[in-house]
Amino acid sequence: MGSRDKLITRRRFLHYAGTFSIMAGFAGIAPAYALQQTGIQAGNRQETIPDINLLIRWDRIDVGGREGRAITLNGSIPGPIVRLKEGKDAVIHVTNELQEDTSIHWHGILLPAEMDGVPGVSFPGIKPGQTFTYRYPVKQSGTYWYHSHSGVQEQSGHYGPLIIDPTEPEPFEYDREYVVMLSDWTFEDPKRVFAKLKKMSDYYNFQRRTVGDFFSDISEKGFGPTMSDRLAWGRMRMSPTDIADVTGYTYTYLMNGLSPSANWTGLFKPGERIRLRFINGSAMSYFNVRIPGLKLSVIQSDGQNIKPVEVEEFQIAVAETYDVIVNPGQDSAYTIFAESMDRSGYALGTLATQPGMAAPIPALRERPLRTMIDMGMPMEKMDNMKGMEMNNNDAESSQNSHRHHGSMNMEAGEIVARHGPDHHGPGNTSIAMVERNRLGEPGTGLEDVGHRVLVYTDLKRLDTKYTKRKPDREIELHLTGNMEHYMWSFDGKKFSEVKGPIPFKYGERVRLTMVNDTMMEHPIHLHGMWMVLDNGNGAHNPRKHTISVKPAERLSVEIDADAPGNWAFHCHLLYHMEAGMFRVVNVSADNETITKK
Amino acid sequence: MKNHNLLFILLLIFVQATASISVAEDKIAPPPPEEWPKPIEDDRPIWFLLFDRLEYDLNEGPDTILWDVQGWIGSDFNKLWIKTEGDQKLSEDYGGDVEIQALYSRLISPFWYLQIGGRFDTLYGNGSDPSRGFGVIGFEGLAPYWYDVETALFVSQDGDVSARLEAEYELLFTQRLIAQPRFETNIAIQQVEKFGVGEGFNDVELGLRLRYEIRREFAPYIGISWTRLLGDTADIARNEGEEVDNLAFVTGVRMWF
Repeated sequence: MGSRDKLITRRRFLHYAGTFSIMAGFAGIAPAYALQQTGIQAGNRQETIPDINLLIRWDRIDVGGREGRAITLNGSIPGPIVRLKEGKDAVIHVTNELQEDTSIHWHGILLPAEMDGVPGVSFPGIKPGQTFTYRYPVKQSGTYWYHSHSGVQEQSGHYGPLIIDPTEPEPFEYDREYVVMLSDWTFEDPKRVFAKLKKMSDYYNFQRRTVGDFFSDISEKGFGPTMSDRLAWGRMRMSPTDIADVTGYTYTYLMNGLSPSANWTGLFKPGERIRLRFINGSAMSYFNVRIPGLKLSVIQSDGQNIKPVEVEEFQIAVAETYDVIVNPGQDSAYTIFAESMDRSGYALGTLATQPGMAAPIPALRERPLRTMIDMGMPMEKMDNMKGMEMNNNDAESSQNSHRHHGSMNMEAGEIVARHGPDHHGPGNTSIAMVERNRLGEPGTGLEDVGHRVLVYTDLKRLDTKYTKRKPDREIELHLTGNMEHYMWSFDGKKFSEVKGPIPFKYGERVRLTMVNDTMMEHPIHLHGMWMVLDNGNGAHNPRKHTISVKPAERLSVEIDADAPGNWAFHCHLLYHMEAGMFRVVNVSADNETITKK
Repeated sequence: MKNHNLLFILLLIFVQATASISVAEDKIAPPPPEEWPKPIEDDRPIWFLLFDRLEYDLNEGPDTILWDVQGWIGSDFNKLWIKTEGDQKLSEDYGGDVEIQALYSRLISPFWYLQIGGRFDTLYGNGSDPSRGFGVIGFEGLAPYWYDVETALFVSQDGDVSARLEAEYELLFTQRLIAQPRFETNIAIQQVEKFGVGEGFNDVELGLRLRYEIRREFAPYIGISWTRLLGDTADIARNEGEEVDNLAFVTGVRMWF
C-alpha cells in the first residue's frame, strides 16, 4: 500500500474551498466544473471578482481507471476555471507545494511583464513553499488558459481554463456554455518521455511503413511510382508517417480531465444554443474536432471575436482556443470527437439531454501521411497545372502522392519564395526549397474529409479597430530542427546558442515573417503582445496569440511592440521548447529601430 | 513681475522635461538578470547505452558468446562515445577477443558524427594474449536510404594501418517485428600475423537478425551470420588449422537504456 498523501488541514481546506474539486478520498480528480453537467447559464456573470487562490501540488489521480501522479491545481486536472472580468483587476495568489520551483503563465493575456510567469524572463519563479501574488489589470475578454512555464510540469497536469467576461455585450447569443479543455496525459514521467525522444526520436511512432505497405502500394500504384516514392523519402532520411512526436502509445487524451471511458458530458435542452469554449491545453497534440450531426459556428479564435464561420470540423493546434456555438435540435446525444491529428487516439465527450445518454463513437480515420509539399519540394507539374482540370488517371500525378487522397493536393498554396543557400547548420536537417502560402489549406489529414473544415483564411476579425501602418522593422525567422537527434531551433540555433534577446523598440510595428523548414507544424506563441496574421483579409486580419505554421509554409504577422519588458517567444510543443525552440524578445524604448527604407 | 514670469516659464520647461523623461523611463526594460534561472535548459547532458548484439552463436566450430555495445554521453554537438565488442569461445580452450574504443564525437552535419579517439584490442586464449592500441578516426551516422553506417581508419601503435566499414538496415515486417541485415568488412594495409591479420581485405560478414520489440528498449532476436575470411587472412587461418568460412545461427537480445 502506498503512503497517504499529506492531509489538508481544515483551515487550508476552507481557504481553497471555493474552487476545490470534490475530494474523493485520497485522489484528486477532474475539476468541479467538469463534473457538474449543467454548464453555466449565459448571463450568469460574477460582477465582483474575489481574490483567487491556487494551490499547486502532486496528487494521485485516476485516469481511465488507472492511478497516476499529477501536478494538480486545487486538487484537480485541469485546474479550476479562473474567471475574470474585463476592467476589473485580477488578484491571484499561487502557493507552491512542490519540491521544485513552479510558475503560472496566463496564456494570451496582455499584462505587465513581471506578471507573465515565465521563470528566467518575467521573474525568478515561485520557490517551494512560496506564495506569489499575480496582480494585473484585465484589458481584454474571451477564452484563454493558464499553465506552468517551468520545465515539463505542464505535461503533468499543471494547466487550467481562464475565462474573461467582457464589459460590452457579445455579438452572438447563446443559452448555455461549457468549457471543453483538451489535453494529453501520460503515466510516464515527462522527463523520461523527453529522454526517450533524444535517444530514439521515432520511439512513439507505431504507424511506420512496413514491408506490407510497400507491396500493397505496388499493387495499388505500380512498382515505378512506389519505388520512386520510397527512394525520395529514403534519400532525405525522413518518414512521411512522422505526424506527431508523442502519440496514443503513451497518451490518454482527456476532455476536461476525463478519459474517453469516463465520457465527459454536458447537458442541454433541445433547441438551446450552446457555446463551447474549446481550449487545446495539451503538451504535444493537435486535435481534429467534430461533433457528428452538428454544425459548428466558430465565433472566436484565440479569445477574439471573428466573423462567424460555419464548419463541420476544425483543427486546433496546441495552445489555440476556438469558441463555437452549436444548436442541437434533437432530444438525443451528440459525440464531441477530438481525434488526435495522427489518429493514434481521441478525446471524447457527449452533449446530451439526459445524463447517461451516449451517441455512437466514430471510428478513428486512417493515419495521414506527409507529402512532398510538406518537404518544400517544388511540384512543377502540379504547380503548372493549377487552375486546370485534373485528370485522375494521369499516371504522372501518382508519382507525387503516397496515398490517393493525398495526391496532387490541388489546394496546396502557391509558391511565394524560394529558400536561399543557408541550410542553418547541423542543427537543421532540411530546408523548404520552395515556401508556400498555405493559409487556405486545411491541416494535415483534413484534405478530403468531405465536409467543410476551418482554415486560417476563414478567420476575419470582427471589429474595425485595426490601424494600417507601415512596419518599422522586418524580421525573418526560420523554424528549424534535426528530427533524428530531436533538436529544435530557430535559424538552426537552440536558445542556449544565442546571446541575448531579440530587441524590439517600444512603439514600433514589426513585420515578422516565419518560414517552416521542417516537415512538422509548429504552434508559435508570442507572450505579451498580439500577432496580427496576414491572411489576406486586410483590415480584418485576425489577432492571434498562437499561430500554427505548416510545413514548408511562409507566413507573416504584424506585432505592435506596445508592451515594455521581456517576453518569451517559442514553439508551444512542450518538448520542442525544451529542446531549444525558444527565444526572448526584449521590448524597450532604448532599443534601436531599423527604419524600413 | 517679469522675474516671476520668467521663473514660471523655467518651471514649466523643467516639469515638461522631467515628465517626458519619466514617461520614457518606464518603457525601458533591461534584459532578464543573469542570476535568474534559465527559462529552458536545452543543453543538459544526455546519455545512451545500446546493446546492439548480445548473443549466443552456434558456429560450425565451437559456440561463442558475442557482444557489441555502444554508449555515449554529452550534448547535442559533442559526445564521448564508447564502443566495445568481442567474443568468447565456449569450449575447453577458452579464447576470444575484446575490443574497446573511446571516441570524441562531433556532430558535423545533420546526420553524421566525426569520431576521433583510441582503440585497444586483446586477443586471448592461445597462451600469448597479444594486445595492441590504435589511434582512430572515422564517421558514424545515418546514410541516405536509411543505412546506419560506422566507418573508421585505425593506425596501430606499430604503425599498421587498417580500416573497417559496418552497415545496418532495418526492415519492418510489423511495427514490432523488424529484420536487420548487417554487413561488415575489414581491410588492412600491412600483415600482422600475431593478430591473424593479412594484407588486403581481411573478411566480410553478412548477418540477418529478426527481432521482436517487446518494448522499444528490449527485443530478443534470432538470426544467421556468415563470416568469410579472405585472401592473405584466409591463408594465415588455414596455416593455423582454423576455418575460413563460418555460418552461425545466432540468438540474443537487443536492448538499450
